[in-house]
Amino acid sequence: MTAFLSQLSVIVLYASLAVYAAAFISFAMDVAGRAVKVRAASDVTSAVARRAESALAREAGAAGQAGSGHLATMTKTANEVHEHITDVNFSRSQTVGMALTVVALAFELVADVLRGIAAGRVPWSDMYEFSMTGTVLITIVFLIMAKRYNLRFLGVFITGLVLVLMGISVTRYYVAVVPLPPALQSYWLVIHVLVAMGATGFFALGFALSVAQLMQARRETQIREKMPVTLRFLETLPGSNVLENLAYRVNITGFILWTFTLIAGAIWAEKAWGNYWGWDTKEVWTFIIWVLYAGFIHARATRGWRGSRSAWLAIVGFGAVMFNFGIVNVFFHGLHSYSGL
Amino acid sequence: MSLPSDHIDSTRPAPRLPAGQVTLGFRGWVRWFWRQLTSMHTAIFLLLLLAVAALPGSLIPQREADPNGVVQYQAAHPALTPILEKLQFFDVYTSVWFSAIYILLFISLIGCIIPRVKHHIDALRARPPRTPARLDRMPGYRTESIPAASLRGSQGAGDAIESATEVLRHAGYRTQFYADKHSISVSGERGYLRETGNLVFHIAIMAVLVAVGVGGGYGYSGEKIVMQGQTFVNTLVSYDSFNPGRFFTGERLSPYSLTLKDLAVRYETKNKAAIGQPLDYTAYVTARKPDGSQKADTVKVNTPLYIGGTNVYLLGNGYAPVITVRDPAGHVRYRQPVPFLPQDNNYTSIGVVKIADGLPAQVGIIGSFYPTAGASGGVPVSTFPGLRDPVLSLDVFKGDLGINDGVPRSVYTLDTNAMTQVSGPGVQQPAEQLRVGQTVKLPDGLGSVTFDGVKRYVSFTISHNPAQLWIFICSVFLVGGLLTALLVPRRRMWVKARQQRDGSVLLEYAGLARGDDPGLLAAVESITAAHRTALSGPAGPEPPAGPGGTRPAQPAPAPEVVGEES
Ligand code: HEM
Repeated sequence: MTAFLSQLSVIVLYASLAVYAAAFISFAMDVAGRAVKVRAASDVTSAVARRAESALAREAGAAGQAGSGHLATMTKTANEVHEHITDVNFSRSQTVGMALTVVALAFELVADVLRGIAAGRVPWSDMYEFSMTGTVLITIVFLIMAKRYNLRFLGVFITGLVLVLMGISVTRYYVAVVPLPPALQSYWLVIHVLVAMGATGFFALGFALSVAQLMQARRETQIREKMPVTLRFLETLPGSNVLENLAYRVNITGFILWTFTLIAGAIWAEKAWGNYWGWDTKEVWTFIIWVLYAGFIHARATRGWRGSRSAWLAIVGFGAVMFNFGIVNVFFHGLHSYSGL
Repeated sequence: MSLPSDHIDSTRPAPRLPAGQVTLGFRGWVRWFWRQLTSMHTAIFLLLLLAVAALPGSLIPQREADPNGVVQYQAAHPALTPILEKLQFFDVYTSVWFSAIYILLFISLIGCIIPRVKHHIDALRARPPRTPARLDRMPGYRTESIPAASLRGSQGAGDAIESATEVLRHAGYRTQFYADKHSISVSGERGYLRETGNLVFHIAIMAVLVAVGVGGGYGYSGEKIVMQGQTFVNTLVSYDSFNPGRFFTGERLSPYSLTLKDLAVRYETKNKAAIGQPLDYTAYVTARKPDGSQKADTVKVNTPLYIGGTNVYLLGNGYAPVITVRDPAGHVRYRQPVPFLPQDNNYTSIGVVKIADGLPAQVGIIGSFYPTAGASGGVPVSTFPGLRDPVLSLDVFKGDLGINDGVPRSVYTLDTNAMTQVSGPGVQQPAEQLRVGQTVKLPDGLGSVTFDGVKRYVSFTISHNPAQLWIFICSVFLVGGLLTALLVPRRRMWVKARQQRDGSVLLEYAGLARGDDPGLLAAVESITAAHRTALSGPAGPEPPAGPGGTRPAQPAPAPEVVGEES
């Protein structure tokens, strides 16, 4: 029964990855289509938008020195600019991409649940399972946030990330279902690991937003300096300030969950090993990630750091998250050697 | 002083050395330095530095977490070792440089927090600030007009503001009434909890670290191997190894005792991918408290036993073959279970027997134990961790054990420098192979060895941390503080009323976020709506302003910043 269910799980997972791939292509077509649309759009509208944008950029510069009143104005201006440019914001391929992502998620969720039933426990106790449940959560976080904040344009990144992670996982990390070793038989496995993966979902989205923010900031500079503008599709996306606010909101949610992960991990370590904190490699990396994101949060509130500099910190933070997941789990030795490899 | 001067919302100028001013004076320098140290820039810098400084400890084995790893690493990198030692890279987290960074961070934190606490206490007592002259520049600005026709009786600007105050109070705002030549207004502020949460969070970080330090200083941890049937008494002498905290005094040990009745182990036998994987370890013990009360209990992985102010953890286990050694005349010279250290997941184990007296020569035995004997590539190994076919194999040495000079030696290693091998690999006589109950004669007429049976042993780790509860409480504050600091919006809200020439009253609404506040525009909207209801409610059936009378100052803002739904 175990073998049958776990094989079924793999088949469903492959189906899910095929649908993710289709979703990825759809989202990519959407982005490509935006570039075309922007070029086709009349010069009049884009000139209007650009004027407003550069007004925004000027104001953003001014707000650096002024108090919070200007900040608020800045956000307002960003909103207005955004309203100018939403007319190219919806495309059929994007809608198809979203629908396909939902289907892919449904398949992956089934695969994940089947794996859990096959094992008779939660499906997150080796690298293969971490990847599967982790990407399920990344997609769920994306879908929820995309619904709330119109972040569909990030679909190309999220489905791409899921495909890369699961591609590596299926080819390199697959292991047969095994029972839980005594060290993992704890409700803390359920809480600690699940919350960590949820945090990863938010950090992934925050990373994508910060990258988009940097690209957008670069474009805004190009416009301000009257340089030739590259990556025209960005014109259809929110301005860098809006993206920054969103990145902040998403990343602090991740940070709250990560703080909880860290504390829950310490409590579990105390229960399992008799020591909250032993600077085990995995603990070190959990700590590094936490400190990096604390740095990001401070940077956002610091003159001279808000904007692109703080975005870089969020990007480095997510780099550490991925390193912790993909490299530390697999190649570093320590008490947390649960990759199953 | 409140926020650090380089905080984005701070109104203070950044600390800067006045141009051309060369002599600042000692106090000036101290003040300048202090401002630098407690600035946001420094906090970011130190945080990032801390992250970088923590890195090497994950790349190079650390003495505290992985002493064997350090030994191996040093053997593999003899040239690098002295440099790394000098730089304390094998003790990163207790090194001078790592400590320096976090101590600086704490000083910075304290320096940052104290003025903020003062400022926040003042803010809690202060009234909301004066309503801005021009609300139309503020986010969420909207207006409503109460036509003169629906102003009955005394209902004018004053009443409208009174009811707005009511509405704001109801929504959790602290309010203050203001008036100028042209208008009267109410200024509201809410979300003081945000700053409270932030301060609680930062203070809790320090409190956690203080508690961890105190717990480590006054606590202890130790290890003890206990054989089936043996009793461990919690006194200093009975530990195999003992790590006291810096301020630990022996009186803190509570002299309870634990007898290991049995260690139950279950292994996977069906799942082909996991044959032999342990499924459960349960140590059955009898716990006796100092007051004499006695109780049967269990210790499991992940479920420590709490007794006498300590936690008892089951962290390891293994086999202890019972070995009897007789002299040539047949007298028993040695008989005891010998704990063997497991070398792999199937419990291929190695142990040492040292017999100093009673035999024709000092004898040392290196034993290999296979709970389920088998072979892999010609090398004998255990093929299953359970006792399916236990075999004991002995390499025998004679000569000088090197234990007469009084220097303590590990019971798990045999120093064979001054000994000659009499059986085992490399000499003619093969290793002695024994199954339970079997006896072999030792070469050179040294006597005989009998393998009488096998017992299990457990390795208990016992620790006492007097600050455990405090660490937990501080962590709860830490998380709670963080949640309030990041999720409670701090915002100001204004309602201004102006009597128009035509007798109507113009109402203006606006808000201002202080910190990240995704819900600000929606909040202005809901205050406006609530105020409209309040004005129309008790006043009469006729609403003062219908849909036609309401005039949003700008296109109604979408509830969220990025925009709309498809
Ligand atoms: C132990 C090191 C520190 C850590 C882990 C840390 C962490 C954090 C976190 C997670 C936040 C966001 C949550 C909140 O707003 O309460 C925050 C905010 C803040 N921290 Fe720290 N902090 C540290 C040290 C400092 C220091 C030294 C300062 C003083 C310069 C400082 C000043 C602030 C300020 C002013 C905010 C509010 C930011 C805002 O307005 O958004 N922190 N800190």
